[in-house]
Amino acid sequence: MVEPTTEFKTERLFINMGPQHPSTHGVLRLGLTIEGERVIEVFPDVGFLHRGIEKLAEKRTYVQLIPLTDRLDYLAAMSNNLAFVLAVESLLEVEISRRASYIRVIVAELSRLASHLVWLGSFANDLGASTPLLYCFREREDILDAFEVLCGARMTFNYVRFGGVARDVTPEFVDKCRRFLETFDKRVDEYERLLTNNPIFLSRTKGVGILSREDAISYAASGPMLRGSAVTWDLRKDAPYLVYPEMDFIIPTGSVGDVWDRYIVRIVEMRQAARIIRQALDGLPEGDFKAKLPRALKPAKGEAYSRVEAPKGELGFYVISDGTTSPYRVKIRAPSFINLAAILAMTKGALIADLVAILGSIDIVLGEVDR
Amino acid sequence: MSIELLRLIWIFLPQLLPWPLYELGVMAVAFLGVIFFMILMVLFMVWFERKIIGHIQVRIGPLHTGGWHGWAQSIADTIKLFLKEDIIPRGVDKPVYILAPLVVFVSTVVVYVVIPFSEKLVARDINMGILFVFAIGSVATIGIFMAGWGSNNKYSLLGAMRVAAQIVSYEVPLLLSVLGVLMLAQTLSLKGIVEAQKHVWYVLLQPLGFAIYVIAGIGEVNRLPFDIPEAESELVAGFHTEYSGLRFAFFFLAEYANMFVMSAMATVLFLGGWHGPILPGFFWFVGKAFFFMFFMVWLRGTFPRLRVDQMMSFCWKVLLPLAFLNLLVTGLVMSVLK
Repeated sequence: MVEPTTEFKTERLFINMGPQHPSTHGVLRLGLTIEGERVIEVFPDVGFLHRGIEKLAEKRTYVQLIPLTDRLDYLAAMSNNLAFVLAVESLLEVEISRRASYIRVIVAELSRLASHLVWLGSFANDLGASTPLLYCFREREDILDAFEVLCGARMTFNYVRFGGVARDVTPEFVDKCRRFLETFDKRVDEYERLLTNNPIFLSRTKGVGILSREDAISYAASGPMLRGSAVTWDLRKDAPYLVYPEMDFIIPTGSVGDVWDRYIVRIVEMRQAARIIRQALDGLPEGDFKAKLPRALKPAKGEAYSRVEAPKGELGFYVISDGTTSPYRVKIRAPSFINLAAILAMTKGALIADLVAILGSIDIVLGEVDR
Repeated sequence: MSIELLRLIWIFLPQLLPWPLYELGVMAVAFLGVIFFMILMVLFMVWFERKIIGHIQVRIGPLHTGGWHGWAQSIADTIKLFLKEDIIPRGVDKPVYILAPLVVFVSTVVVYVVIPFSEKLVARDINMGILFVFAIGSVATIGIFMAGWGSNNKYSLLGAMRVAAQIVSYEVPLLLSVLGVLMLAQTLSLKGIVEAQKHVWYVLLQPLGFAIYVIAGIGEVNRLPFDIPEAESELVAGFHTEYSGLRFAFFFLAEYANMFVMSAMATVLFLGGWHGPILPGFFWFVGKAFFFMFFMVWLRGTFPRLRVDQMMSFCWKVLLPLAFLNLLVTGLVMSVLK
């Protein structure tokens, strides 16, 4: 007798998601093997935006390199400037003023807000809610306006320099920031009203794309990805730099490590970043905004690694100096790139729609992934 | 004198003309009228939606084309679509690919023939109009599936499979919710249903039925939060990824025309059709339908998209039992009151 077959066999399909696809956020290509709607295998293919920034670094002077770092994570260029400058400064052994430190904290946190706002908007858009995208860009516009007042540029700033910052903070900038911060918390409430408790949003994010604590650590995930998986780890607290120890803020963590946890971690982080900026603006000391340095920078022979908590995670610059005007080697630890690898652990048995949500929740910027 | 003559000609015209000519002429006039009305409606609807969604999203929406609030924007878009090069990709299944937009378009237009815009303004009042609407309307599903299959594109195929699954399942609660109204009105004619609501709209007698109709109706026309077949962030453009120019325009037209059909049916079945004080019936009808349209746009501005499996389980596990419950209660109350 023939056993009745209960299993329905279907053919597996290979589809290319990207490099031109609305929700791969740039030129990421995902090779998907699917069975119906279910994703069997994901193969992230990176490198379409490779510009060889690390190699270019060997042929440029240190000062010329700062604008190149703007092009890494172009949504939070201040953090990139900062990480690179900190690495070189530890070779130069230069003392920076407290005022410069405060300004750096302000711009880095504003950058975090700008980056998280873009993330929130595009993540919501990936889930089909198109309205938060425009709300978020409205707020981001205020931040970019403030940056424009500060340094003339809106996205690629070249603002954080060796020994301090390029220009001093003007009262106009402080004013713009304060006015922005006045309404910002209410605006975040608005986003939360649209998303946080929306049953459709919850059903799309709760329990989807779970990254366990162990996996998160073994994939070396960092930033909101790591904190979403219930690991309390933030460089601003755990390896403090600048004047962060003087600031009062909390590190939000998730509980299970699903998409929703990463979402709420970033939402709380936005509120905390606004808090930090307020404190820094209040406590902004007088003093020099830039230390005197020789025109031709020749850091001492040696190597330095510095890391900052960028919006996407731990951004590290490893710089080897041979005592000349350009570095011997620069290695960038890009958080987006390393976080992206964890997609393999998160998409087991996911649907295509889940994959979009998961990819959105990683928050990648291809400029940084491909460098 | 001459007016009298014209009146005589008008009365005896059917006898004067050879047999099929008069009938065909009437049909042609009705059909042209329907098409003209539909295209006008869709053009307005597209502009209306863009303005509404723009204001919801703190934007302004179209503003320049035509002067006043960009009223000519959708006309300009249509002309652009009509003038575009007609591209048929090399790998497609040609007959299926070409036929698909027509199937979708025609099956949508035909439905307009039975919609009673006012007491007099209905192209054809069929005595089983409601069945006609839903039967013809579901033919469009086949057209959409043809588009997805014929495009020879994996994203289109996925979109087409989703359409088939979605529309087939959402049709069940949709029709069940309509059944309650039919039981109350004791007729299948759309005109008859509206006339039965002269004193009280069925939305008051059938609130649950109305809720089910609205949800299933939005699922039926693939609007957010049920726009799964063409989920942009997942499937690029779903079944019409490979279509451009005129053929795309047909899909677009059909989609919006279909939205209007859903709104019009909501008006006929639950909101009292053309009934309303002072204004002529036609304005009431279109006004009510556009309120429903506004509701759909509002939803689009607020909600994220459901996932395909969640949407299916919502349909079968929530909507369908509720629709049966609605039917049961309606029947019980009616037999008790008898």
